[in-house]
Amino acid sequence: MADETLLSDDFLRQLMNVGEVDILVGLSTYNNANTIQPVIRAIQSGILKYFARERAVIINADGGSQDATPELAIAASIDDIWNASKVYALRTLHSISTRYAPTPDSGTALRTILSAADLLRAKVCVVISPDATSIEPDWLQRLVRPITVDKFDMVSPLYRRQKFEGVLMRNVLYPMTRAVYGYGIREPYASEFAISGRLATDFLSSEIWNDDWGKSGAEICLTVAAITGNYRVCQTFLGTKGQPERNANDLVAVIRRTVGSLFASMDRHFAVWSVISGSQPIATIGAESEVTPEVVRVNRKRLRDMFSSGVAELKPVFESILSETTLAELRIIATLETAHFKFPAELWAKTVFEFASSYHKAVINRDHIIQALVPLYRGRALSFMLENRDASGDEIERSVEILCGEFERQKPYLLETWADRK
Amino acid sequence: MRELIIAELTQALQELARGFAYYSPRLVVLLIIALVGWVIASLLKMLVRSILRVTKFSKLSQNAGATQLLNQAALPSSTELFSRFIFWVAWIGFVLLGVSVLKIAGLQEYTERFFLFLPRLFVALVILFFGLLAASFFSRAILLAAVNANLRSSRLLSMSIRVIISVFALSMVCEVLGVAEQTMRTAFGIVFGAIMLGLAIAFGIGGQNLARQFLEKRLAAGRKDEKDEELSPL
Repeated sequence: MADETLLSDDFLRQLMNVGEVDILVGLSTYNNANTIQPVIRAIQSGILKYFARERAVIINADGGSQDATPELAIAASIDDIWNASKVYALRTLHSISTRYAPTPDSGTALRTILSAADLLRAKVCVVISPDATSIEPDWLQRLVRPITVDKFDMVSPLYRRQKFEGVLMRNVLYPMTRAVYGYGIREPYASEFAISGRLATDFLSSEIWNDDWGKSGAEICLTVAAITGNYRVCQTFLGTKGQPERNANDLVAVIRRTVGSLFASMDRHFAVWSVISGSQPIATIGAESEVTPEVVRVNRKRLRDMFSSGVAELKPVFESILSETTLAELRIIATLETAHFKFPAELWAKTVFEFASSYHKAVINRDHIIQALVPLYRGRALSFMLENRDASGDEIERSVEILCGEFERQKPYLLETWADRK
Repeated sequence: MRELIIAELTQALQELARGFAYYSPRLVVLLIIALVGWVIASLLKMLVRSILRVTKFSKLSQNAGATQLLNQAALPSSTELFSRFIFWVAWIGFVLLGVSVLKIAGLQEYTERFFLFLPRLFVALVILFFGLLAASFFSRAILLAAVNANLRSSRLLSMSIRVIISVFALSMVCEVLGVAEQTMRTAFGIVFGAIMLGLAIAFGIGGQNLARQFLEKRLAAGRKDEKDEELSPL
């Protein structure tokens, strides 16, 4: 059930004015003035074009933007869309904006959107990233139709990505989720997705909202809840994924709210995942994945240096987290020059599993465990980039598939370290 | 003369007998108290050991870095050490209680002092433990943050934090115990000041480039080339 204390009186009043809806589209924003209007216009176009008969509302949950993002979100007028497309909605398309907190918090933003979906008894709740500049109006129907027509409970996205984008997704989140929970879901931490009203309501009453790790990575917890709760999950191809502006300092925060939350979810769902072996594909609509060969400028030497210095400087931390053999192998890799650098899939899977077990056992502070993974991830990212420097899209897919196979093969090792590690 | 000696001896024997008659029941009471105390202290030791095991005290002590120190000194584990400490404090307490039954002048004062000292000793141990815990936590947090921010000398930075917090905790312990208060306070001031001055000189003069690099990174966090150096994770 929705926690009404989370929603302000003003927001509740606005929701009551809207009444029940069929489709709710939520955007969690924070200083997105540059991109919010085109994204909202694309959503409005999608609703007008594909769901003219449905009752719909767009909700902007803002985390204290200083650049007038909420005002711009409300100002994105549907009149422009009507004039351009000559298509008119048969229902009023509402737009609401609320400030859920003075500072951004993705978990609270998602909770606000889901609470609104629950209160408005939305049949489908769609979440779109305000950075999704590559969004097309038909993303809406690709996300909504599987729920309204095919009765799925969760629609996860698939994207056309640049060769070296989504490295964490390809090297940790996808292989780990697949090996642990047995479902080949490509984007377990999705920035665009749709869920049924039933899943939204059930997820709101889950215990993750009382847990910091769960709250900070609510998106990945939602995916895990859908998989472990036996909801019907599918994935659909959307198109090119827009890449938000990024900063080297963001990496720790990203790993914290993705990998940290995934590890935390493993603690909660041990009884479910411990009996799963292998993996099964999930229903996919459209292409499984597409890779574009654009060149990404990356300072390889810096990545290698950060990995090597991390392995050397964090030795006392790694001694608490990793086994002696794993640490010894990492120390050998740390001596390799950039040209010969290779972080093998087998060692990477073993390393991630040992981190997961140490996180479970809380051998040291859990946040410190997650932070200690960052330099090692940089090493793996460099290795992935070097291995696939001249690879085609298919070859990259094969490389990811080999890594997933390695994670699945070593799952018994995860169970062993999970149970026995002191 | 002979009679005098006999009288003195008789008196001495009588006093000895009186003393024996006076002290022997009390001695028995002392022995009984010591025995009961030993049993209670042993039970207390077992109870404390079980509680510490259930609450995973050894993990906490490992986090605090105390386990490492104990291993280096070839001492038993922190759980064992703490439960033994409780045993000895409890048993010595009972023995002193028994001794006070003897009513020997002067000993009672020491017994009272011992019982008054116990709470301070306990507070000092708690301060020492949490001081070590804080030193370990913050030094590791600094180390991780520095490594992930690609700062050089991250281990030196982390070690400095550990030393400062440990010295601070140690000076607090000495103050609570009343051991060389003035000396410890002065020593702390000197060590703390020396570390700070050393760091300031090292960072300001020895590490000009590092300081420039650090400030440039902080002030120009949004530069394009910096952004492009990181692969997009999601």
